Amino acid sequence: MKITFDWLKDHLKTNLKEKNLLEQLTNIGLEVESVESLSSDDQLFKVAKIIKTEKHPNADRLKVCDVNIGEKELKKVVCGATNANEGLITIYAPPGAIIPKTNTKLEIAKIRGVTSFGMLCSESELNLSDESDGITELSKKYEKNIGKSYFSKSKSNLIDLSITPNRPDCLGVKGIARDLAASGFGRLIVSKEKKIKFKTKQTIKVKINKEKGQGCSAFGSCVIKNVKNTESPQWLKDKLISVGQKPISAIVDITNYVMLDINRPLHAYDADKIEKGIIVRNSKSGEEFTALDNKIYKLEKGMCVISDNKGVLGLGGIIGGTRSGTEFDTKNILLESAYFDPRSIRNTAKKLNLDTDAKFRFERGIDPLSIETGLKKAASLIQEICGGEVSKIDIQKTESYKTKIINFDVNSFENIVGFKISEKEIQRILTDLGFIIKKEKNSLKLIVPSWRPDISQQIDIIEELVRISGYDKIKTIDPIKDRFKSTLTQTQRLFHFLQRAIASKGYLETITWSFTDQSYNDHFREAGKEIKIVNPISSELGVLRNSIFSNLIMYMCKNLDRGFKDLSIFEIGPVFTGSNPGEQKTVVCGLSAGKKSRLSWIDKERNIDLFDAKRDVVQTLSEVGYNSDHFFIDSKTPNYYHPGKSGRIFLDHSKDKVAAYFGEIHPNILKKIDIKTENLIGFEIFLENLKLSRKTLKDQKLKFSVSDFQKSERDFAFVVNKDVEAQELIGVISNVNPNLISNIKVFDVYEGENIPDNQKSIAISITIQSSEKTLNDKDLEKINNSIIEAVENKTGAKIRS
Amino acid sequence: MSDLKKIRDEFISKLKGKLDLAELNQIKSDLFGKNGLVSSQFKKIGTIDISKRKKFASDLNIIKDEFHDLINLKIKEIEKANINEKLEKEKIDVTLPERSFVRGKIHPVSQTIDEISSIFSEIGFSVEEGPDVENEYNNFTALNTPDNHPARDMHDTFYLDEKKERLLRTHTSPVQIRTMLKDKPPFKIIAPGRTYRSDSDQTHSPMFHQVEGLHIDKNINMGHLKGCLNYFIKEFFEVKKIKMRFRPSHFPFTEPSAEVDIGYEIKDGKIIIGEGDQWLEILGCGMVHPNVLKNVKVDPTKFQGYAFGIGIDRLAMLKYGINDLRAFFDCDYRWLNHFGFDPLDVPTNYRGLSR
Repeated sequence: MKITFDWLKDHLKTNLKEKNLLEQLTNIGLEVESVESLSSDDQLFKVAKIIKTEKHPNADRLKVCDVNIGEKELKKVVCGATNANEGLITIYAPPGAIIPKTNTKLEIAKIRGVTSFGMLCSESELNLSDESDGITELSKKYEKNIGKSYFSKSKSNLIDLSITPNRPDCLGVKGIARDLAASGFGRLIVSKEKKIKFKTKQTIKVKINKEKGQGCSAFGSCVIKNVKNTESPQWLKDKLISVGQKPISAIVDITNYVMLDINRPLHAYDADKIEKGIIVRNSKSGEEFTALDNKIYKLEKGMCVISDNKGVLGLGGIIGGTRSGTEFDTKNILLESAYFDPRSIRNTAKKLNLDTDAKFRFERGIDPLSIETGLKKAASLIQEICGGEVSKIDIQKTESYKTKIINFDVNSFENIVGFKISEKEIQRILTDLGFIIKKEKNSLKLIVPSWRPDISQQIDIIEELVRISGYDKIKTIDPIKDRFKSTLTQTQRLFHFLQRAIASKGYLETITWSFTDQSYNDHFREAGKEIKIVNPISSELGVLRNSIFSNLIMYMCKNLDRGFKDLSIFEIGPVFTGSNPGEQKTVVCGLSAGKKSRLSWIDKERNIDLFDAKRDVVQTLSEVGYNSDHFFIDSKTPNYYHPGKSGRIFLDHSKDKVAAYFGEIHPNILKKIDIKTENLIGFEIFLENLKLSRKTLKDQKLKFSVSDFQKSERDFAFVVNKDVEAQELIGVISNVNPNLISNIKVFDVYEGENIPDNQKSIAISITIQSSEKTLNDKDLEKINNSIIEAVENKTGAKIRS
Repeated sequence: MSDLKKIRDEFISKLKGKLDLAELNQIKSDLFGKNGLVSSQFKKIGTIDISKRKKFASDLNIIKDEFHDLINLKIKEIEKANINEKLEKEKIDVTLPERSFVRGKIHPVSQTIDEISSIFSEIGFSVEEGPDVENEYNNFTALNTPDNHPARDMHDTFYLDEKKERLLRTHTSPVQIRTMLKDKPPFKIIAPGRTYRSDSDQTHSPMFHQVEGLHIDKNINMGHLKGCLNYFIKEFFEVKKIKMRFRPSHFPFTEPSAEVDIGYEIKDGKIIIGEGDQWLEILGCGMVHPNVLKNVKVDPTKFQGYAFGIGIDRLAMLKYGINDLRAFFDCDYRWLNHFGFDPLDVPTNYRGLSR
């Protein structure tokens, strides 16, 4: 909402300065978005009088004018306008001025050999109107202003307010003035309605159809006959220009003025173009009309239209149509002032993707009791400027406005706001805001002003009171430290632990969009449901991610392109399994590219591999608190992993839920997205699949028992078929005698010479220790034999001698 | 001269000469080996005349101990010499680089969330969460923003179906609804998380982070709201004093509503929070609207309280001097390295929020 202090002063008597105004507006919730000072350039345009004209010596159509601009000397200006006659009062732009229309800077120029100091301006050049035929003609009244700035009237700054959607009343200057007055910033000027003589009957019949979903509940109108539509007078043009509106014609300007001044949208029809009467009705599917924006709109069923016998004239409360629009030659007009249901306005405008000043106001709620006020104000101005006879006002209604009454408990204010104001002050504020108050026994009975659709209950009154009293009066009460439950749940703690555990292994944490590129997502979606966003910001961000890999790979590529070679990144966040709330999982997803110890003087260079990722995952899960001795690992992984070089981890042998995947990304995917790196290794840890321990650390730490008896380490080498997994051997060994076998470590895997083709040798070191005694040779021999026997029997292995 | 004296004289002189470890071992074996000279003498003890036996045995033991001490001394000498010789050869250029290491980092948004959680934990708040995909009811209707409310225009919503029933939450406020429906009052929660609006330019990104706050109990008023936010802002920016301004505003789910500005100034191109006469809007808040409480079956005549919503990314930008919002989600390795935090820097109250 754009206003000027000058316009506000039509409704507000105040001696305060603009600086105070800006502060006060913000203090009462009418936030000042911006203040635009009119450029000083505008002050350069001066009222001037042509004293003498001569024909240009070298051009037939040009004149050389001596112009009085209020200085001692006359200025010589070359001008081509036919109306540049001696005695004309017009507008002069000196060298240096910027012409608003063309945005060009004037310079002293020689025109066909004669030097011209500045220019005499047409209205169109000054953006005052479209009139480009000849220079501006000012009335004799301006004689005394010669040499003064033409735009002196609008030196008031343009103030742009951000009006919250609950305050339609402040979409009119008067509403803003009322709020300011209530807050002590000046006094509201009560304007008297001008009396007009309503001579004739309203001759155009208006009917509101009673049908389901009718968006119009009241339609007021009057006919004004024999008008002469002209350009608006200067004061009106100035007013509109000062808030950035463009003057069009007196009738249109007047309706706009009334809308901006008291937030009462009106519409003027050319009465002669209406076929018989007005019918307000629901549109039929497929009906069409050409709106004032020169676009053809095809309507859906049930939109509120103003129509006549021939068809749609306009969309009620949104936009009028070209067929019945007013022109300069319009003689008779029908002026409309109606009430449209905000919901209906919004539905229609949304479907047609239409936004107009009227729509913006009606969808927020217009004062239903302003119908007559608006008509009278506009009609009297039209009569004043364009002449004509105004008919009596006709108001058709399907519903009457019901007064809203609130019983207000005075004590409720302090209860919510925390400080107290006197009942007298409460009454003063509410009265200033337009409430009518009846004092009852324990409360105030309040009649809510009709222009406040946002007020319907006690809390709304409290808001008004604290807003006008000032938020700075609210005390600052120190926080209460009472706690009802622990800050984080166990799952949340797990989230934070995993996040920092992974980062501590050299991964940079990233945060990427929850949505992704469909083609990338498809690589990692498997059988997952594709979840499309109906209105994505771009097609590359069209689906919710089924896996974090799609984004990580995309950004990994970007970083590789930046010239980085060895990178580890991760993200912890949601992936989506469906489009319903809750159909999401929290995943820790990591991705590493390149080599370990590249260009090292000390370490052997090697590609990063899946055992790096496996270490990071297993170590992290161990740190979180899971015993890695219990993990079960197999090679069944989603198809985006390399089928032979990836694995999944279960926390135990019950294989209930997959705790994590790790492995190389499938070479087909690398090829398709054309990523250039030595190796690309990823992992995913599924937070919700990790069982939460019921034991807290204080329970886990209770018992400490270790053996101090001598331990022995024994090495074994088994030859097994290639498809036998190390995990199987370890499982068999650990089951031989869990009391004695404490540590099993694979330290070599060998295939090749001396080993049959389809077999491999696995060397394992085993620690044997008793918690009861020192084991002697015989005991050790016995357990050695049991280990060999068990492994040979259960895995088909042979001990290597 | 007795045999013993002869042996003694011969070997003492040998042991005093220059020997290496092998030579010394040879001497040891010559003396104490199975048929060594000293060993042989011990075997002879039985055959010696009883009158001389005691003296012989005593002399022999003295010689034995003498040899032992001398040999041990010699061994230590040789070992020491060997180590010294080795050390002489083993000098290495320690200025060569160490084995390579990589440092992981925590994203500034995650760090900021932890900082926020730590501060609110101090004053008794617990952390709640809600899903990223929401239904229209929780995101709007339950929050007193019915269908066709103009306030919905302010939220450019991503929808997941044509009927507009499923959407990506446009704020964290639906967590209020979920929390209050799930439990009984009092409520004292914060809810940090991802939020989405179909907006993308310098200062808007389609995904961003918010933290919601909600405190509902008996007799919680706007003074408590002011106190809570004042405490939070001071703690978060780690300043002693803060200039703060509450401005009336409008949110459908709170009434009265306020927007909160903090004072700042620019000094040497850096933003200083808490001083100066410029205002910066940082959050929206208010008293939870009775309609919202009714929607979640909380009796507004018995319970009341406040709610607030803060942009996390913006807080992080202000605190750590980050200029471009979009860089948060751009995963530039250099940016992550620069603005990221060491994982050991866990924000806590006792150790300080940040280093």
